[in-house]
Amino acid sequence: MLDHFQRRKITDIVARWACLGMVFLALVPLASVLYDLTLKGLGGFSWAFFTQLPKPVGETGGGMANAFMGSAILVGLGCAFGIPVGVLGGVYLAEFGNNRFGKIVRFAADVMSGVPSITVGIFVYTMVVLTMHRFSALAGGIALAILMLPTVMRTTEELLRLVPDSLREAGLALGIPKWRVILGVVLRTGAPGIATGIMLAVARAAGETAPLLFTAFGSRFLSLKLDQPMGSLPVQIYTYAVSPYEDWHQQAWAAALALVLLVLVLNVLARVMTRQPGQGR
Amino acid sequence: MNALSSTLAMPRLDLHDSASLLVSDQEAQSPARASQSAKMATENLSAWFGKNKILKEISLPIREKRVTALIGPSGCGKSTYIRCLNRLHEVIPGARMEGRVLLDGQDVYTRAMDPVALRRRVGMVFQRPNPFPTLSIRDNVLAGWKLAGMRPERPDDLVERSLRQAALWDEVKDVLNRSGTSLSGGQQQRLCIARALALEPEVLLMDEPCSALDPIATAKVEELIHQLGEKYTIVIVTHSMQQAARVSHYTAFLYLGDLVECNTTDALFTRPADRRTEDYITGRFG
Repeated sequence: MLDHFQRRKITDIVARWACLGMVFLALVPLASVLYDLTLKGLGGFSWAFFTQLPKPVGETGGGMANAFMGSAILVGLGCAFGIPVGVLGGVYLAEFGNNRFGKIVRFAADVMSGVPSITVGIFVYTMVVLTMHRFSALAGGIALAILMLPTVMRTTEELLRLVPDSLREAGLALGIPKWRVILGVVLRTGAPGIATGIMLAVARAAGETAPLLFTAFGSRFLSLKLDQPMGSLPVQIYTYAVSPYEDWHQQAWAAALALVLLVLVLNVLARVMTRQPGQGR
Repeated sequence: MNALSSTLAMPRLDLHDSASLLVSDQEAQSPARASQSAKMATENLSAWFGKNKILKEISLPIREKRVTALIGPSGCGKSTYIRCLNRLHEVIPGARMEGRVLLDGQDVYTRAMDPVALRRRVGMVFQRPNPFPTLSIRDNVLAGWKLAGMRPERPDDLVERSLRQAALWDEVKDVLNRSGTSLSGGQQQRLCIARALALEPEVLLMDEPCSALDPIATAKVEELIHQLGEKYTIVIVTHSMQQAARVSHYTAFLYLGDLVECNTTDALFTRPADRRTEDYITGRFG
C-alpha cells in the first residue's frame, strides 16, 4: 500500500512525462515538415530557380522568378492598402474608441480575423474581379489587405494602449495639439511593436493561397501590370504540385522551402524589432 | 523676502470672497506692488469626476512672480485644482468643472481661449518624471516646439538656456543625444522642468514634483523652484509642509475639496486662522 506522499510523487512524475510527451508529439509535424522540405527542396535551389522564368510545358529547367516577383508585388499592394487603414483604425480604437461604435468595430475586427481566407477570396472575386471583368494583381492585393487588416488594427490598438497616459498628458501640457501628440508621441512610442504586428501580418499574407486563386489567379510570365493576372509563390506551388511533371514537383518543393524561409525571416525580424535598445532580453 | 514681510499684514481671507478682494490694501495702494497682483485667479471653481465633487467653490489668487503652494492631505483636490488651471482636467473622461479661471483677468474657459494656446502660456511639471522615451535629451527640451511643428530661433541656445535654468546643463551637456530616459529620476524631472521652461511660459504648474525623487534630488529641485520663483509665477502642489515652507511665498490649505485658508507662507505656518489648518500643520491628521 502506497502512502499519501508516494502516491503524490508518482502522480507528479506521470503528469510531467505526459506533458513532455505531448510537447514532442506537437513538435513532430513541425520538425518533419521542415526536414522533408529541406531534404526535397534544397536540391532545387539554383541560380536559375530564382532568376529565370518558367519554361514552356514539357521542357525542363527554368525558374520561378515570376512567382517571387509577383509575391513581392502582391504583398506590397496588400501593405499599401492594409497598413494605413489598419494603423489608423487602431489609432481610432485606442484614442477615441471608448464608446459603443468602438466596441462594434473591435468585435467586427475580431470576427474578421476568424473569417476563412477562401471566403475573402470569393468576396474580392465578386466585388473586384467581376466588376473589372478580369483577374488582376490589384484584386490579389486587396484580398491580402483584407486578411492583414484585423491583425494590424488590433495589434496597433493593443500597443497604443500600452503607451502610458502620462506621456499623452506631457504632450498636451506642452500645448501640442492632440493629433500631433498622437502622431509624434503615442504612435512613435508604440512604433516598434506596431512594426512587429505588421511583420506578422505580412508573414501570414505571404503564405496565403486561397485568396489569390480567384483574384491574382497566377501567371507564368513576369508581369508588372497591376491590372493583369500575376503569379505568386503559394499559387505556383499549388499549380506545380498538382501537375504530372516530375521537374515541376521538384520546383514546387524548392518554392515551398523558399516560402517557409521567407516567413521565418519575417518572424525573426519581427522579434528583433520588438527588442528595444538597452532592453536586451 | 521684504516683499513677504510687507504682505504679512494682509487681512485674513474669507473663503468665498472673489479673487480681487484678496489683494491686500497695501498692495492695491502702492503702484510698485502692482506686479505682484494676481497673475491667475480662480472664482468659485468647482470640479467633478462623474458625480464626485472634488473641488468646492475655490476662489484663490495666484500672485505674479511668486511661488504659491497648495498643501493638504491626499485626495483633497490639490492636483485637480492645478489641472483646471491649464485645462488638463477636462481631457479625462467624465471630468467637468464650473466657475471661472482667470489668466491676466481673462477667462480661460471661453471660446476665445484655445486650450492649446493656454497650455503654452501655463506650463506643467508632473508628479512622475515623464520625458519622451523616443526622444533625445536635446529633443525632449525642444519637444514643445518640434512636436507642435514649430522651430524656435537658435534651438541650440534655447536648449542650453533651458537646461541651465533647470540646473541640468553641466550634467548633460556632453550627452545631449542620449535618450531622455537614460537619466536618473531626479535628472529626468529637471529635464521635464527644462522642457516646460523652453516654451517660456508665464505660469509654471508643478504637481508634487519631488514625490518620486530621493532627498538629494528633492533638494536640487527645491532650490531650483526657489530661483525660478523670481522670474515665473509658480503654483506647486505638495503634501510636504516642510517643502511648502521652504519654497513658497504663499500657501493655500485644501481639505476635502474646500479651500480652508490661504495666506503668506509665514503667516499660515505661524498663525493659522482655522482650527483644521492648525491640526494639519501640527501633524494631528493627514
